[in-house]
Amino acid sequence: MSMMQNFVGWIDDRFPMTKVWNEHLAQYYAPKNFNFWYFMGSLAMLVLVIQILTGVWLAMSYKPDAEMAFGSVEYIMRDVDWGWLIRYMHSTGASAFFVVIYLHMFRGLMYGSHRKPRELLWIIGVIIYLAMMATAFMGYLLPWGQMSYWGAQVIVNLFSAVPVIGPDLGVWIRGDYVISDATLNRFFALHFLLPFVLAALVFVHIVALHKVGSNNPDGIEIKKGPKGNRWSDTAPADGIPFHPYYSVKDIAGIAGFLFLFAAVVFFAPEMGGYFIEHPNFEPANPLKTPDHIAPVWYFTPFYAILRAVPSIMGSAFPGVVAMFGSILVMFFLPWLDRSPVKSVRYKGTLYKVILGLFVVDFMVLGFLGTQPTTDLYIIMAQIGTIYYFAFFLLMPIYSTMDKTKPVPERVTE
Amino acid sequence: MKKLISAFLLAVVPALGMASGGAHLDHADIDMSDQASLQRGAKIFMNYCLSCHSAKYQRFNRMAKDLGLTEQEVKENLMFTTDKIGDTMNIAMSADQAGDWFGTVPPDLSVISRARGVDWLYTYFRSFYQDDSRPFGVNNIVFPDVGMPHVLWELQGPQKAVFKTEKDAAGNDAQVFDHFEQITPGTMSPEEYDGTARDLTAFLSYVGEPIQMERQRLGKWVLLFIAVFFVIAYMLKKEYWKDVH
Repeated sequence: MSMMQNFVGWIDDRFPMTKVWNEHLAQYYAPKNFNFWYFMGSLAMLVLVIQILTGVWLAMSYKPDAEMAFGSVEYIMRDVDWGWLIRYMHSTGASAFFVVIYLHMFRGLMYGSHRKPRELLWIIGVIIYLAMMATAFMGYLLPWGQMSYWGAQVIVNLFSAVPVIGPDLGVWIRGDYVISDATLNRFFALHFLLPFVLAALVFVHIVALHKVGSNNPDGIEIKKGPKGNRWSDTAPADGIPFHPYYSVKDIAGIAGFLFLFAAVVFFAPEMGGYFIEHPNFEPANPLKTPDHIAPVWYFTPFYAILRAVPSIMGSAFPGVVAMFGSILVMFFLPWLDRSPVKSVRYKGTLYKVILGLFVVDFMVLGFLGTQPTTDLYIIMAQIGTIYYFAFFLLMPIYSTMDKTKPVPERVTE
Repeated sequence: MKKLISAFLLAVVPALGMASGGAHLDHADIDMSDQASLQRGAKIFMNYCLSCHSAKYQRFNRMAKDLGLTEQEVKENLMFTTDKIGDTMNIAMSADQAGDWFGTVPPDLSVISRARGVDWLYTYFRSFYQDDSRPFGVNNIVFPDVGMPHVLWELQGPQKAVFKTEKDAAGNDAQVFDHFEQITPGTMSPEEYDGTARDLTAFLSYVGEPIQMERQRLGKWVLLFIAVFFVIAYMLKKEYWKDVH
């Protein structure tokens, strides 16, 4: 035995290194027909790593102090070596994270990745999405610009709209009667903590994935199909080892992603005011409310839903319920979908049209959330909100009405 | 599948195209690689702006380096508020004094170009007009009831705004800005003054993000590197996947 084998053997007697490597990479058999949409999972992990690393380095120069926060960001942009690059990677990374995750979630919707036996996998994913939203929301306060300040004010006021306990809840979250230094300090602390919770949740997500195995664009369970491939007699015939096949494929995907990512970081870091909003270059001013407050683009579909629901007796609470409901409804998706097939490839025109319209609806809501309200926009947002909820809540009906096609036994090319 | 992607793109692109409205802004058309323009803009900024407005995140020596000036040149020609070349561009006026004199505190201009946009700044510098109802006798089309005087009035010469009457959305008569009329000529011709406004806008854009030129220069090499890396990674993938059928 060589020295290396000795060393690995010594480790393996004490820690299941080779076993973990085989179970999760070298002998983890993934369907061989993954397409473009299956890059998003590994890209999301890449972005999480980018966010944690750039975030830690930003924290070395950032000051979570209402008097100094805005200036410390400019200090990072001007005086810290490569500070501008680290900061733009972080601000672009926040938006990139949501782009990748929205595509990842849409992939799940398209190919039925939420269906049995992956219900728990989907639910863990929705929890990750919620944790991401909380992290992004708290991070957005830190530059302490006008939009940071007033955006946080609006969102925390949502909690104040809860009947009875609302006002106390708002004070409890802010640590003050308005967004203030106390709020900034606690948001910074939590913004630093949550990404590590996120990393732990991602680990659980992958453990769950590897228990049930990956879905694929055909929505076929390769574990139930014929056995035996070049590497193993007992492995699914349509499976290939994740490593090296998908590890090399993901590297190419990462390169493609990084090209787009770097194009934004180096040539359009503000992305026309969508990734870094123009009003956020004015320092937070508690005495001056901006004319128009809009959250960053990745929250705007839900913001549009919030504003679409009319107040009842002067309370914005119904809108708050609708907004949180629009996310919580995702938890029930595995049981709302009653279609006999998983993948959109074998579903009928009815489902394809409904899903396509849902994508358009989500985009339109996203656009409306960036705009000041007008009578027309309110009506559009109300129609959009109804469609959004109908997509989920009527799914048990239309998914059984849909004319599906027969699913082949083996995955297709 | 392809249909889904194109449906997706069709839905996103118009949403991104529809953004921002407001008053008409003229295109600033600044050239950030024109160092002479930036230097002229710096001179205007130091002489006319930096007595009331600070740029407290911008250092003089950083400006010297980025604008192709020596520290000696900056010290002799552009530094009136401090002797230390490593200082940031601060002003002597305190916020309390500013409140007493102007009724408002002139904002710091370090990142004003990023808050307002360069087209807004360029239009703003050229949109002051006589208005006797205002404390300083001037108003501004893009910044109604602005709290500052027209500091560059000698250069531009006073102008008045001509309004026309139009029906607004509710059908009421509304005064809409039509054009400016020069009252007396300034020391500069209108073309020269537009050039000065452009220089100043370019300088403020530089101050807003001193790294911007370097960022774009570097970005080309980063993209080139990633593109080459992608080709190699793609070929590696092809090679590995040859035996997957």
